[in-house]
Amino acid sequence: MIEDPYFGKYISCVSARSTDREILKKAQDGGIATTLMVFALEEGMIDGTIVAGEGDRPWEPEPIVAMTREDILKGRGTKYSISPQISWLKEATRSFGLDKVGVTGVCCQIQAVRKAQLYPINMRDVPGKVAFTVGLFCMENFPYKSLQSIVEDHAAQSLGSVKRMDITKGKFWVYTERGDVATLPLKATHKYEQPGCHVCLDYVSNLADISTGSVGSPDGWSTVFIRTKKGNEIWSKAVAAGMFETKPIEEVKPGLDLLRKIAKEKIDKNQKTIEERKTFGVNKALRNPYA
Amino acid sequence: MGLLNSTNKTMGRKAKPAHVVMEKKMEATKEIKPVTNKIKIGHVHMSGCTGCLVSLADNSMGLIKILDDYADLVYCLTLADVRNIPEMDVALVEGSVCIQDKGSVEDIKETRKKSKIVVALGSCASYGNITRFSRGGQHNQPQHESFLPIGDIIDVDVYIPGCPPSPELIRNVAVMAYLLLEGDEDQKVLAGKYLKPLMDLAKRGTTGCFCDLMNDVINQGLCMGCGTCAASCPVRAITLEFGKPQGERDLCVKCGSCYGACPRSFFNLDVIPEFESISEIIAGALKEGESDD
Ligand SMILES: Cc1cc2nc3c(=O)[nH]c(=O)nc-3n(C[C@H](O)[C@H](O)[C@H](O)COP(=O)(O)OP(=O)(O)OC[C@H]3O[C@@H](n4cnc5c(N)ncnc54)[C@H](O)[C@@H]3O)c2cc1C
Ligand code: SF4
Ligand code: SF4
Ligand code: SF4
Repeated sequence: MIEDPYFGKYISCVSARSTDREILKKAQDGGIATTLMVFALEEGMIDGTIVAGEGDRPWEPEPIVAMTREDILKGRGTKYSISPQISWLKEATRSFGLDKVGVTGVCCQIQAVRKAQLYPINMRDVPGKVAFTVGLFCMENFPYKSLQSIVEDHAAQSLGSVKRMDITKGKFWVYTERGDVATLPLKATHKYEQPGCHVCLDYVSNLADISTGSVGSPDGWSTVFIRTKKGNEIWSKAVAAGMFETKPIEEVKPGLDLLRKIAKEKIDKNQKTIEERKTFGVNKALRNPYA
Repeated sequence: MGLLNSTNKTMGRKAKPAHVVMEKKMEATKEIKPVTNKIKIGHVHMSGCTGCLVSLADNSMGLIKILDDYADLVYCLTLADVRNIPEMDVALVEGSVCIQDKGSVEDIKETRKKSKIVVALGSCASYGNITRFSRGGQHNQPQHESFLPIGDIIDVDVYIPGCPPSPELIRNVAVMAYLLLEGDEDQKVLAGKYLKPLMDLAKRGTTGCFCDLMNDVINQGLCMGCGTCAASCPVRAITLEFGKPQGERDLCVKCGSCYGACPRSFFNLDVIPEFESISEIIAGALKEGESDD
């Protein structure tokens, strides 16, 4: 077990890509999240999972409880807006009748799952029925109206025509169905960030069974942290079953150094925000959820 | 990690690095020799629906294990034949206090006097919950009109919010209360850390409402739209609109669950990241068929 101040606890870290072509066609990066959940479903390790599907408006995510491969595939691709994944956590064990629930989500959502497991306040059955969590790396998230401003006002594309969005190499990228690529500097997007993200102290989903993101690995590949016993078991089986190509993380560029640099940037910045909240008013502090 | 090792030790295991303990769990659990100093637990029934007690009992084999190895149930009008409130280590109080009912008021004061730790079990004891809506006028005591959470009458140490509180949270608090009272120094530290946020909730106040999310999470710039609040609401009063919670405030029964469950009400970084080992410890402590006799 490795313990790192910015990456949390993990058993191992690799660079990987799914071998499932259908998944890769619409996956954000290496299709890790979707492939893992499909594999866990097919192996009976989960009987359903919460994924971020498509909502009513273009690029507005909506959490769904997916119980088939087809539904899990609806989660492919990053939607850069808030998808309240945990709103379905208890319902998944009730209306959906799941005994082994999977959860995909960003860091704060995996934190929410762990809190619900250790302090299950009105969360009956949840502690024992969370079977597998795949967490995503996450720098920040955007309210839907923010995403609209970024894509429609700044990048001058209509949301309905967008095929893919990405945040990488210091830019926000918008790819349209017709082949346009619009970018804007991340600096222009900062003011639109969800405020609650500014007190977030986790970048690589430290509390997931397995966590994954793009930073650290080459385009089309993902960086993967295998963290818990359960995560390790599922990962080993999936690799043995040929679900993934893998490379040692030490051998890929840009590798863990870049990831550590970015993780440190986020966490240090947000620590500072939390510090500043203490003296926000005149003898009045803003609340600190970690105190 | 030292903390967790020694917790395993009280549960009868040798002190080993936590991951080794986990790997060798099957082997290790055979070594369990429960500590004999049981704590005294009581269930005090105020104005509640017995749902909290049912939740406690819903730990089924876990409850039997607790009663076998860690605690004696010294008072519980529903399950045990003891009339007067005895000395207790931990009093689990269900329900709010009807201030027009002299007996209830005396009982809750007596409970405070006789107990080391008073736990408000469930949302009625913690926040009033559904009993807040009472206007009296019911046979055969129509004058019984005003119900207060126990914290408005006595000092309360720990809250277990929920309507009903989940069996798993009751179980966790029971195990941690045991460690707090009977464990070694390290275990007391772990138990103290685990219980602290639930003790802070008890200090925070006696009203619970969707408004708590507005006042202390959303208005404070802390909400990140995870949706946990909606999942925890027993009456489905919360929906997420554009990624933020909206409460149907007329539906809200004032149970306080959403606030307690929200990861931005409290998130103790010295406890929750240890979820894997702590869950193992609790599961290990409650493993069936391992008792001494
Ligand atoms: C808001 C956000 C910010 C991110 N920031 C970073 C970052 O800074 N650095 C980095 O390396 N990676 C970041 N990621 C992760 C990255 O964009 C990919 O989601 C990740 O690499 C998984 O890709 P994949 O190909 O394995 O997943 P896929 O197989 O494409 O599956 C995508 C998975 O993401 C989930 N998902 C999609 N949108 C959301 C959402 N809005 N909320 C919750 N879950 C969602 C789906 O449920 C699905 O399981 C971020 C993701 C999100 C949602
Ligand atoms: S930055 Fe943190 S709080 Fe914001 S969405 Fe990502 S994980 Fe959640
Ligand atoms: S649980 Fe808390 S952080 Fe999550 S959506 Fe509700 S109020 Fe926001
Ligand atoms: S909104 Fe729901 S969970 Fe929150 S206090 Fe009201 S009834 Fe309880």
